[in-house]
Amino acid sequence: MIRIENVSLAFGKTNILKEISVSIPKGGITALIGPNGAGKSSLLGLAARLLPLQAGDISVDNLSVSSTSGKVLAKKIAILRQDNHVGSRLTVRELVGFGRFPHSHGHLTENDHRIIDESLRLFGLTEMSERLLDTLSGGQRQRALVAMAYCQDTDYLLLDEPLNNLDMYFASELMKSLRNIADTRAKTIVIVLHDINYAGSFADRIIAMKDGQVVADGKPADIMTETALGGIYGFNIPVISVGGQPIALPFRR
Amino acid sequence: MIDRRLVFLGALALACMVAFMTIGLRGNLGFVLSLRAIKLIALIEVGIAIAVSTVVFQTVTANRILTPSIMGIDALYLFAQILLVFLLGGLAYTSLDAKLKFGVEVVALMALSLGLILPMLRTRLDMGFLLLVGVVIGVLFRSLHSLIARVIDPNDFAVAQASSYANFNDINSELLTVASLLTLAALVFVWHARHVLDVVALGRDTAIGLGINWTRTQVACLLLVASLVAVSTALVGPVAFLGLLFVALAERIVTTRRHSILIPAVALVAIIVLVGGQTLFQHLLGNSSTLGVVVEFAGGVVFLILLWRGSRK
Ligand SMILES: Nc1ncnc2c1ncn2[C@@H]1O[C@H](COP(=O)(O)OP(=O)(O)OP(=O)(O)O)[C@@H](O)[C@H]1O
Ligand SMILES: [Mg+2]
Repeated sequence: MIRIENVSLAFGKTNILKEISVSIPKGGITALIGPNGAGKSSLLGLAARLLPLQAGDISVDNLSVSSTSGKVLAKKIAILRQDNHVGSRLTVRELVGFGRFPHSHGHLTENDHRIIDESLRLFGLTEMSERLLDTLSGGQRQRALVAMAYCQDTDYLLLDEPLNNLDMYFASELMKSLRNIADTRAKTIVIVLHDINYAGSFADRIIAMKDGQVVADGKPADIMTETALGGIYGFNIPVISVGGQPIALPFRR
Repeated sequence: MIDRRLVFLGALALACMVAFMTIGLRGNLGFVLSLRAIKLIALIEVGIAIAVSTVVFQTVTANRILTPSIMGIDALYLFAQILLVFLLGGLAYTSLDAKLKFGVEVVALMALSLGLILPMLRTRLDMGFLLLVGVVIGVLFRSLHSLIARVIDPNDFAVAQASSYANFNDINSELLTVASLLTLAALVFVWHARHVLDVVALGRDTAIGLGINWTRTQVACLLLVASLVAVSTALVGPVAFLGLLFVALAERIVTTRRHSILIPAVALVAIIVLVGGQTLFQHLLGNSSTLGVVVEFAGGVVFLILLWRGSRK
C-alpha cells in the first residue's frame, strides 16, 4: 500500500500540494487525472523520492520514502517520469537492461536476460532491441522507457503520462499490457493520464487532482459523469454511454 | 570476452612503451633505462589521471564538453598550493616533506572543489552556464594566484612558481610514489563503480529511481576527480584540453559510453598519446619539450569541434 499522509509541497511561496492524504492499496490500476499544473507529477515525484518531502509522510508497504535507503526502495517502486533525457548512445536493450540494476548491479544474470526479453516483447520492442535510442521515434523511445520501468520488476509502478507520443494502436496495447500485468502479477500501477477515456476504460480507480488537492476519488463510473468532470476540468464535457461504458466527448465546438 | 578494440589499443600502448624504453639507447644502459622507466611511469600515471578524471567528471556533470580543467579545478589546485606558501612562508614550505605538502594540497583541493562545484551541480545549471562559470573560476583563481604571488616575498614566489603550464619533460618525480598510489586507488574505485557510473550517466531522476544515492555518488565522484587532478597537476602542471582529447578519441574508437569499456579505452588512449608522443618528440625529433604544446593544441581543436557540433544540434 502506498500511504500518503498530509503531504504538502511549496516551491518558494507557491503551494503546489496542499495537505494531500490518500492511500492506494495493493493491486489494481489507479489513474491520476487533472488539469495541467494540478500537481500530479509533483506527487509522483515525492512518492518516488525524486523530490525531498517537505511536510507529511509517504510510505510504500510501510517503508517511509524519506528514511528508507534508495537501494531497498528501488526494488519496491519504479517510476517513469513525464520528461526523460536519457543518453543517446545506448541501445534499446541496454536501456531496458538498466531496469535490472537494483537487482543485479550491472552484472546481468540469465534470469535478468529472460526478464529483459520479456519486457521487450511485451512492449513491442523485440525487433528494434539493438537500435540506438536516438534513431527511434518519440513513441518508440517512450515504449522503451516504459519497458525499462517494467523491467525493474517492482510491486509498485508509477507512470507519468506513459501514453505521450504513442499512436492509437500502441496506446491501447500499452493499456492492455498494464491491465494484464496488474491482473496476473498483482502489480500496483499508478498512472497519470490526460485521456480520461483510457482512465475510464482501464483503471479500477480514478483520483482527480486540481490546484494541489484531491478533488474527486472513486470508481470510474463515479468520475466519468458530466458533473464530476465539469468540476475537475472547469468546462462542460458531455458523457455518453457506448455499450454500457461511459465515454467523455470534450469535442463540442 | 574482452573487446577487440581494447586488445588493439592495449597492443598499441604496449608498443609505445617498448619504443619509449628502447629507441636511441646510448651511454650507461642501466642508468638511462632507470631514468626512462621513471619517466614512463610518470607519463602513464599522468595520462590515466587526466583521462579517468575527465570521464568521471563528464559523467557526473552529464556533459561531454566539460573537463575538470575547463571548470578551473587545476587553477584551484595551484591556488591551494600558493596559499600554502603564503600561509607558511617559503622557507617553511620548502622544508616541509613533499608528500605531506602534497597531502595537504589534495585535501585543500577536495574541499575547494566540493565547496564550489557541488552547489553548481545541484542547481542543475545548463552547459553554457557551467562553461562560463568554469572560465570565471579559472580566471579568478589564476588572478588570485598571481595576486598572492606579487604579495609574497620574491624568494617564496620562486618556490611556488615552478609550474604554471604543462610540461611533460620535467616531471616532478619526487611525488611519484605517493601519486602512483593515489592514482591506483582511484582506478580501483572507478573500476568498482563502473556500473554505478553507467547509471549515473542516465541522469539524476533515473539514477535515483534505480536506487543510486545521488548526493553521495556526486560527492564521491567530485572527490575522486579532485584527487586525480591534484596528481596530474602536481606532476606536470595544469593542462587544459588534454582530457577532452583522450575521451573524444577513445569514444570514437570504442563507440560506447559504457564505463567498463570506456575507462580502459581512455586510459590506453592516454598512454598511447603521451608515451607515443614523447617517444616521437624526445627520441626521434630530439625536441623533448614540445609534446605538451602539441597535444594541448590538438585537444583545443577537439574542444572547438565538440562545441561547434553541440551548438548545431
Ligand atoms: N521546480 C519547480 N519550481 C517551481 N514551480 C514548479 C516546479 N515544478 C513544478 N512547479 C509548479 O508546480 C505545479 C504542479 O506541477 P506538476 O508538474 O506537478 O503538474 P502536473 O499536474 O503534473 O501537470 P501536467 O499535467 O502539465 O504534467 C505547476 O504549477 C508548476 O508550475
Ligand atoms: Mg505532469
